[in-house]
Amino acid sequence: MIPAAFTYHRAESVDDALRLLAEHGDDAKLLAGGHSLLPLMKLRLAVPELLVDVTALRELAFVEDAGPEVRIGALTRHHDLANSALLARAVPLLAHAAGTIGDPQVRHRGTLGGSLAHGDAAADLPAVVLALDAVLVLRGPDGTRDVPAAEFFVDFFETALEPGEIITEVRVPKQTAGWDFQKFTRRAIDWAVVGVAVAGDAVALVNMGATPLRATAVETALAAGAPLAEAAERAADGTSPADEPAASADYRRHLARVLVRRALENSRA
Amino acid sequence: MRVTITVNDTEQRHEVEDRTLLVHFLRETCGLTGTNTGCDTTSCGACTVLLDGESVKSCTVLAAQADGHDVTTIEGLSTDERLHPVQRAFQECHGLQCGFCTPGMVLASVSLLQENPSPTEREVRDGLEGNLCRCTGYQNIVDSVLTASREETAR
Repeated sequence: MIPAAFTYHRAESVDDALRLLAEHGDDAKLLAGGHSLLPLMKLRLAVPELLVDVTALRELAFVEDAGPEVRIGALTRHHDLANSALLARAVPLLAHAAGTIGDPQVRHRGTLGGSLAHGDAAADLPAVVLALDAVLVLRGPDGTRDVPAAEFFVDFFETALEPGEIITEVRVPKQTAGWDFQKFTRRAIDWAVVGVAVAGDAVALVNMGATPLRATAVETALAAGAPLAEAAERAADGTSPADEPAASADYRRHLARVLVRRALENSRA
Repeated sequence: MRVTITVNDTEQRHEVEDRTLLVHFLRETCGLTGTNTGCDTTSCGACTVLLDGESVKSCTVLAAQADGHDVTTIEGLSTDERLHPVQRAFQECHGLQCGFCTPGMVLASVSLLQENPSPTEREVRDGLEGNLCRCTGYQNIVDSVLTASREETAR
């Protein structure tokens, strides 16, 4: 499989990338690791005319301690998230989840910002940043703006990112409570059939709808003092999981309840 | 576009289409057919090579992305007719059956051992999760990596 013809441009700076996005609009796509976009291009489901490779922008690859939160450059690779001593200490949910994405080869290329911008509800990191109440920093032609993760994921593969914008960093509050991450996959490297990220009393679901979702019914039950198993029974409330031959919607709802219970119990163990 | 990629310590300068995948650049432009194309969907790992020393699936990297970087393929692992320790261990432990996944397995193992020189069996299995063996010959592959690790750390 070979992508349709396009022009490749390696961006020299964020400004360079923004300029090209402004010039080419919807015909341009950012390449931030390429492990979601290139497979789609090989299937010709994505046919950009211009590919702006931002992978080499090292100024967007960092993990920094910023007091109550950790600032993470959007082009930090999954491999580097998983191996960051700072994240292991301050945001262990993110470090752990990043280390379970795909396989080592994928983690050597894929980036945090790339995964979030792609906006796939079946991906792990969107649900993780949602559970962590992270804030995404977006830069566009008119400057920067902060978007909470809760407002970033809009619909099926649709985010709050405007065509001319780029994610530059993600700010994540340091974790202070128990956490866990569960995902059920058919094979080791597959996308989650269903996944669950728990950070304290926040519970987020992977692949239970068009976007990553907070399991608000579970969170409400926890806040009301419900036992964990009882709260977990509400895991599928308000979700709309895909109904597919390999995993029916009912099966996914069942998985969500089981995985939420496990994740809640592990997070408090 | 013109790319300059150092492949196995040799500078390869070629004019390629922007959409050229690294695996096709290696096989067709450089004539290095040791890197296999397997699934072509980032799943099987047969096309694994090292990009700046780290394992990547070359069916999901553009030659353009590797421009200015170092690539190591299976042809570049041995030096002066001496097999790389991981290759030697695969030979000693018979870490292959049909051989199709072997170049990718070997390079994924080299990358794994660089990051974790003394992995446990569990860590080897996790570290090779991106490489599929259609003969299901995993047991000897895992033994090979553990053997290579022991021989390297014993030296």
